[in-house]
Amino acid sequence: MKTAEEIFNLLKEKFSGSVTEFKTDKPVEPFIIINPLEIDKVCRFLYENSALTFDSLVNLSGVDDANGEKTKDQSGFDIIKGGTLSVWYHLESIKFRHKLVLKTSTDREKPEVASVSEIWNCANWHEREAFDLYGIIFLNHPDLRRILMPYDWETG
Amino acid sequence: MALKTEEMVLNMGPQHPSTHGVLRLELQLDGEIISDVIPHIGYLHRCFEKHCEAMTYPQVIPYTDRMDYLASMYNEFGYAIAVEKLMNIQVPERVEYIRVIMGELQRIASHLVALGTYGADLGAFTPFLFCFRDRERILHLFEITCGARLLYNYIWIGGLSHDLHPDFIRLTKEFIKEFRPNLKELNELLSYNKIFIDRTAHVGVLPAEAAINYGITGPNLRASGVKWDLRRDDPYSVYHKFDFEIPVGSGEKGKTGDCWDRYFIRVLEMEQSLKIIEQAIDQIPDGDISSAIPKRVKPPEGQVYARVENPRGELGYFIISDGSVNPYRIKVRAPSFVNLAVMGELCKGHMIADVVAILGSIDIVLGEIDR
Repeated sequence: MKTAEEIFNLLKEKFSGSVTEFKTDKPVEPFIIINPLEIDKVCRFLYENSALTFDSLVNLSGVDDANGEKTKDQSGFDIIKGGTLSVWYHLESIKFRHKLVLKTSTDREKPEVASVSEIWNCANWHEREAFDLYGIIFLNHPDLRRILMPYDWETG
Repeated sequence: MALKTEEMVLNMGPQHPSTHGVLRLELQLDGEIISDVIPHIGYLHRCFEKHCEAMTYPQVIPYTDRMDYLASMYNEFGYAIAVEKLMNIQVPERVEYIRVIMGELQRIASHLVALGTYGADLGAFTPFLFCFRDRERILHLFEITCGARLLYNYIWIGGLSHDLHPDFIRLTKEFIKEFRPNLKELNELLSYNKIFIDRTAHVGVLPAEAAINYGITGPNLRASGVKWDLRRDDPYSVYHKFDFEIPVGSGEKGKTGDCWDRYFIRVLEMEQSLKIIEQAIDQIPDGDISSAIPKRVKPPEGQVYARVENPRGELGYFIISDGSVNPYRIKVRAPSFVNLAVMGELCKGHMIADVVAILGSIDIVLGEIDR
């Protein structure tokens, strides 16, 4: 069993450029911030490393950070330009019983995140949901279609 | 002259009695053999997550009821735990005990629907009526507690809406006493019925490694032989005080992780739930149930992921708070949503009739898949 901080130090050593920060200030659980285009490599390492073996992806969720420039349209709805969209990953090792939270933020105007569905099959539907509801594009996803909304739902 | 052959596509649903709700399965067939199954979901999408952002924290509770509508108590339970973790609220012990009792009764009620309808799917109609007769008594217990039979709004942040009814303990004890023989009867009627075993054993085998990789949780994972139960492995509430076993699939009638294992694990789990309820009733302390309910629910800024062992698997709430009275983001990790994704993998190479057996054994509720 390893703590989140130990895992962060391990990752920092291996992926110095793409693992940026370890956050413990406000949240209930600490999390690690990772570069969106390198997340698949980091996850592959977490999955394959024999001392970590994160064999299960518990949850994956898209979040709209709404930190861009806000204006109102004619009907009074918010229109946001710029800022970021985020994806949160909750990983767990059933073998070693440790947990880890990862976060990655991507540009709202070009929201691209590397897909992890080749590592964990269950990421497939979670990523489709984040694509459907938040418009985040998961690169190299095998089947990136809408899932909850109708297939012909207009983007907007 | 050579015959021309091609794959055929057959739609099962959206309105089909054995899809357990509005689900469309696109079956790709090579004759009668399934080459792939593609589930199409979203027919019940009610924008639950988006809607929560406009509600205050306590106002979300009735909406959680409507996700997995066969296990409403447990949905509230998980949500309450998540918000309490975010606000760091200590709940009185009596409340914890009542929550566990309600949660386990709900587990039995939910499994009874799962098993009854599974029998009905495969042509055994009598066990369905027997199961619903027993479930009715649990619903009656819920009704005298909070006035509702299906959607309770009973477990609140920091407490409960009502204390136990004066008759509750007596009626629950009576129920347990009369339900145990009924379980044996169910085994004779359905579990060890030869036709039923023929339909379910060796069908839809899910190996343990694939199950973990697909994120399968709950009875479906345990049927594959993985001893993983959040009540034991990531304990919440007062579950650490009770003595109970975690049954796992052993391939008694076929292969470990087949439909029969997934069915029978639920029967065994009901016995364990009875055991937990008995212990909880004996140990339940006196006390106030509303002392920890906050006047104003306004959690500090931050994020939390809290999870419970729902009758269908791991139910997780990922909540981001921006420090206001409305949640900034709620994502629900619904067990059925994750469990359904394995359908295609399980059905490959089986016959059309087995699709019904496999889908029923996964035990999905579309309300929480589509949210």
